Amino acid sequence: MREMTFVEAAREGLAEEMARDPRVFVVGEGIGPRGGNFNTTVGLFEIYGEERLRDTPISERGFTTLCIGAAATGSRPIVDFMFIDFLTDAFGDMFNQAAKLQWMSSGRLKMPIVFRGCIGVASQFGAHHSGNYYPFFMHIPGFRVVLPTTPSDAKGLLKTAIRCDDPVLFLEHKNLLGLKGPVPEGEHLVPFGQAAVVRPGEHVTIVGIAYQVHQALKAAAQLAEEGISAEVIDPRTLAPLDVETILESVHKTGRLLVVDEDFAPCGAASEIATLVMERGFDDLDAPVRRLNGAFIPAPYSEALAPGLVPDAPAIVAAVHDLLAE
Amino acid sequence: MSAPGDLTPTREQRLALLRTMLVIRSCEEQLVKLYAAGKIRGGCHTYIGEEAVATGVCAHLRTDDVVFSTHRGHGHALAKGVPPAELIAELLGKATGCSGGRGGSMHLFKPEVGFMGSSGIVAPCITLAAGAGYTARLLRTDGVAVAFFGDGAVNNGAFHEGINMAAAWDLPVLFVCENNLYATEIAFAKATRNPSVASRAQAYGLPGVEVDGNDVLAVYRVAGEAVARARQGEGPTLIECRTYRVRAHSEGMREVGYRTPEEVAAWKERCPIKTFSQRLIGEGLASPAELAALEADVRALIEAAVAFAERSPWPDPATAAAYLYSQEDCVHA
Repeated sequence: MREMTFVEAAREGLAEEMARDPRVFVVGEGIGPRGGNFNTTVGLFEIYGEERLRDTPISERGFTTLCIGAAATGSRPIVDFMFIDFLTDAFGDMFNQAAKLQWMSSGRLKMPIVFRGCIGVASQFGAHHSGNYYPFFMHIPGFRVVLPTTPSDAKGLLKTAIRCDDPVLFLEHKNLLGLKGPVPEGEHLVPFGQAAVVRPGEHVTIVGIAYQVHQALKAAAQLAEEGISAEVIDPRTLAPLDVETILESVHKTGRLLVVDEDFAPCGAASEIATLVMERGFDDLDAPVRRLNGAFIPAPYSEALAPGLVPDAPAIVAAVHDLLAE
Repeated sequence: MSAPGDLTPTREQRLALLRTMLVIRSCEEQLVKLYAAGKIRGGCHTYIGEEAVATGVCAHLRTDDVVFSTHRGHGHALAKGVPPAELIAELLGKATGCSGGRGGSMHLFKPEVGFMGSSGIVAPCITLAAGAGYTARLLRTDGVAVAFFGDGAVNNGAFHEGINMAAAWDLPVLFVCENNLYATEIAFAKATRNPSVASRAQAYGLPGVEVDGNDVLAVYRVAGEAVARARQGEGPTLIECRTYRVRAHSEGMREVGYRTPEEVAAWKERCPIKTFSQRLIGEGLASPAELAALEADVRALIEAAVAFAERSPWPDPATAAAYLYSQEDCVHA
């Protein structure tokens, strides 16, 4: 199969959907002729022009809510926040309008809108450019929350997101943008709500969120050398969350570690841990463990916070602890 | 509806304007009673005294034009074509309400007639309407979007961001500010230094017009020009309608500490229905008996709407979580 980077694959998905549906348009800062800060739209302005690749003023709340109004009236907008941190200005209307309009209107209004942007601690961007935010959106009825971790899923999940009639958060971890991997030729859609078992194993289940899937795979390779067989699961979408796949795995392994670089309180790992304890308690041979990022804003200097986010050695250590229970 | 360019309404159109204002007034009076009887709960913000604004603007709109409204949205809904029975049923929380009981006063929806929602949050209607304007441009329709909002919304960032983008991109939108002088109880004069909302348009490079919001013909003329401009691709207009709500901000709220009884009484004298009726009679366009018959006709219609709402069934709790998502697999066909 051909190989592409994560960004190239997502962009191919976007290009295909823009060609397929003239109601799809993109807004954001620098997504026009420049092609996006993270190259999300390179080459598309030349084809579709400014009406469908709209460079905006720095009015995050304004262009977000404008797109919500556009989605309610028959367009299919994609809001490209660049760094997802920039959506914080738009929270209110995302929660009160985007997430509620379908429900409030008894389904007579649709909300086909994608909010995309880069998440995660990377390249020492500091406190305002390193956030994750997905638990906020898992908490609100009405959102779909999507976190691809491979080029193939970046394309397939983005295409599904653009065709979805619900508001979708499409979150791309900065450390994954240059990742290369196989991407199928032709029409390629990945459904929401289907976790991937990315490495089968017997002794322990590791659920990784976003970039942590890759750290978990590294850890699993190291653990294998010690004779510990770890099963690694990538939920791919946190809303809807495929808890069945996780429960099946825990039924087999009896132990669960959830690795999430985002903060622990009220987070994705907390939700997964609770669901497994509620529905899989009898399968558990030890309490579910969480491994989260430090509960502080991301500092610029790496010297300030060694271990700011989990890495493979931390995951290996956490698995050792969990197996000792 | 007038032809573009013809903004002098015929006798029939004038009577239709009066009728719409009477429907709003009569409906609000019934809602006041239902609130007092404890049958309406939560917020209930009446439009009494401001009827000329929604009436004068919506008279120019087609069914496929869209309106985004506020917490004080009953008048906008009725003027845009939401049937009074569905509005009243919604405030009673009934299944036959225009939002099936999910919404109440502040979440009225009837997209079938282009009514895209009243709202419990002040100001997003401005940017939402800009987005509807974006759709009209993208899909090459000649549709027009209208945002109604109060003076309270103009000091919110949504006003700046929404109007700025609509002007920058020539979107077909009417931004209709109902300046009733108070944001709940905060006097506009205390909330901002510039007393004119219309003058702010200059800062964004779009036309801004101030109009007597209690004069339905004046609103009709200004809105007609703005709708025609928008339809022809000439961009948005900011319209400031100077008006006044004569009842409390919301039913049941204490009316003290921010305005005088004399001020309220003076504005009641300027009632848009009374002054317009007198004008119709004075100009020989209608007789007092004719107008009395119209009023009785409207009252009977609204009383029937109340009866319909009262006897309507409650919504089924099994449907509470419906429509949260578009469909199970959520993929657009």
